[in-house]
Amino acid sequence: MSEARERILADIRNSLGRGRLDPAGYAELRARVAAHRRNPVPARATALDGRGRLELFVAMAKEVQATVTRVSSAEAVPEAVARYLAAENFPAELVMAPDPSLDAIPWSTWPLLQIRRGRAVAEDRVSLTPCHAAVAETGTLMLISGAQTPTTLNFLPETHIVVVRDDQVVATYEDGWDRLRIGGPTEGLPRVINFITGPSRTADIEQHIELGAHGPRHLHIVLVENDQALRREGDERRGASAG
Amino acid sequence: MLATSRNFKAAARAGLANDNLQRALGLARTGFPLRRRLAVERLPEFEALRDTGRSIKDHTLQHLDFYLELYEGKVAASGGKVHWARTSEEACAAVLQICRSAGAKIVTKGKSMVAEEIGLNDVLEANGITPVETDLGEYIIQLRHEPPSHIIAPAIHLVKEQVAETFRAEHHSLAPERLLVEPRQMCDEARAVLRPRFLAADVGITGANFLVAETGSSIIVTNEGNGDLTQTLPRIHIVMTSIEKLVPTFEDAATLLRLLARSATGQEFSSYTTISTGPRRAGDLDGPEQYHVVLLDNGRSAMIGTEFQDMLRCIRCSACINHCPVYAAVGGHAYGWVYPGPMGAVLTPSLIGIEQAGHLPNASTFCGRCESVCPVKIPLPKMMRHWREREYAKKLSPPVYRTGLSVWAWVARRPALYHALAAIASRALGWAAGERGRFRALPLAAGWTRVRDMPAPEGRSFHSLWAQCQKSAGAR
Repeated sequence: MSEARERILADIRNSLGRGRLDPAGYAELRARVAAHRRNPVPARATALDGRGRLELFVAMAKEVQATVTRVSSAEAVPEAVARYLAAENFPAELVMAPDPSLDAIPWSTWPLLQIRRGRAVAEDRVSLTPCHAAVAETGTLMLISGAQTPTTLNFLPETHIVVVRDDQVVATYEDGWDRLRIGGPTEGLPRVINFITGPSRTADIEQHIELGAHGPRHLHIVLVENDQALRREGDERRGASAG
Repeated sequence: MLATSRNFKAAARAGLANDNLQRALGLARTGFPLRRRLAVERLPEFEALRDTGRSIKDHTLQHLDFYLELYEGKVAASGGKVHWARTSEEACAAVLQICRSAGAKIVTKGKSMVAEEIGLNDVLEANGITPVETDLGEYIIQLRHEPPSHIIAPAIHLVKEQVAETFRAEHHSLAPERLLVEPRQMCDEARAVLRPRFLAADVGITGANFLVAETGSSIIVTNEGNGDLTQTLPRIHIVMTSIEKLVPTFEDAATLLRLLARSATGQEFSSYTTISTGPRRAGDLDGPEQYHVVLLDNGRSAMIGTEFQDMLRCIRCSACINHCPVYAAVGGHAYGWVYPGPMGAVLTPSLIGIEQAGHLPNASTFCGRCESVCPVKIPLPKMMRHWREREYAKKLSPPVYRTGLSVWAWVARRPALYHALAAIASRALGWAAGERGRFRALPLAAGWTRVRDMPAPEGRSFHSLWAQCQKSAGAR
């Protein structure tokens, strides 16, 4: 144990006018942490039903300059992606997360899309990822890192496309967090959790908001509604991580 | 960083006379408060969140030893390492040692006020390591060899023409005839210049907005995504932070996150809120191989249990700065150290001593806007008053001022004498001012009349009017 550590802790206890906490004090604080009780949460999203949350998520995401395409099945995703890229005059070439949740999407039906799977490198212009949850409260995407979901995909390319299933839309950040805790309190927390709200931006020059400071300039959300096949895939994955 | 806070008065005068600064501040003066107000009006629970935010921080500070130990254990369990530092020197040494052990040549940095506080860039440069600031504002001022003038908008003192000038002077390899007029062009240029640096860096240093004890996680909140590239691409990630950033759980962090962006920029949520826990996992395709946290005290533990403890609740949102009429007039550089505005006026003397920072608690009109917008309800004016008392008790203020104050205090404690003298003075001043009703110059009041006229008292004093009202009310 370093000397600085002991001195800092001693200084804190000295300032608090007490020594180390007694066992009862420890137990009380440990219980507070273990309970991870929710603080008051805004009613904006929690008061809504599933449909209302979905609409709020879309409205809030658009407000921060994300773009949204809504499709009714996994089959429609490749076309939606290709059309978005064509409309924006982007290359039909993307790097995609090697995540099994995206395997239920029939990418081969749109052969003009060139897809590489893996992490992003400097040359990649467009990436496509799944998400862990989508938070209606502020139109925020919640992405987690892992072997199948590398973080570079979220930040290196100029355009980031995220596939969101409607059953992934939750009311609050806490709801998204609870979906992580399924496998036990904090065991297996991913290295990184990214809450992403719209594309990268800066106002550092004369308060002028410019998109695409260092991260993606474009954030495009493909929202898949009412698709049973994709949901099953998602449920199996969640079930597997719970076990 | 070396403090020049003792020069506040001269620096403030220079700021008032600086046209570019006044133009730049003019843009910020209305924008920040308006956007914050709109965001707050959209969230009916905002007041309740402020109270909760305050109690979360108070609870954590009361048990800071417990939460620090819990946090350290969780960081270790996730494969990271915590380095404790009592002083700036120890913190710089810890960062330097990590960089050296990796043979680092280039270090990218996300915005970190603690790194500014400890003067990290100078230490790295002196040891042959190149620090590259990647936040656009920080990058601009690094090129200009200036300190930040605001804690979330470090280049807020500049207008775009100055940024263009700096880029032309520093980006030698780009075509001199290129167009550099609009902020868009400058952002694109900085993005293109910095991208290869991100990819080349050996170490990435970020700050932390919050540390979560329950999970051993650090949280950064940014809009540009530079912090994420900084901590994802290099082999080593160092989190440079301080002990008061702790919160117990993610739920507690979520409450403070709801307050932070709304109070800072008026956004509902910043573009990127990133929670990091340890180095890359087995099987991960990217992310740093090492995760270090350098945890700085630098005078903070000594604030606990004093009248300045509440300042440790600060979440560095800058709402107090954005709403301060003094800051809006003189800009951030006048404050002479890392933290400007009302939060700086309280924090700076706590960290570097009232002897160095005596002017700052006096740089306030006590209008109270800072406290009224603080997301964790820090009583900033009250604490500035405490500092003024300490300054007086330590005999640090000028003798004329101290004598004047003692005379005034002596008179003020004798109401009858005070009223009599006040009545004479106001009548005399009113008579002396004559038709004009104001003074161009007055003995003992040159500090006032040098920059504006002193209005003469009109009519009778409040006290005498009050007494008359009471009497006529009694008669009725």
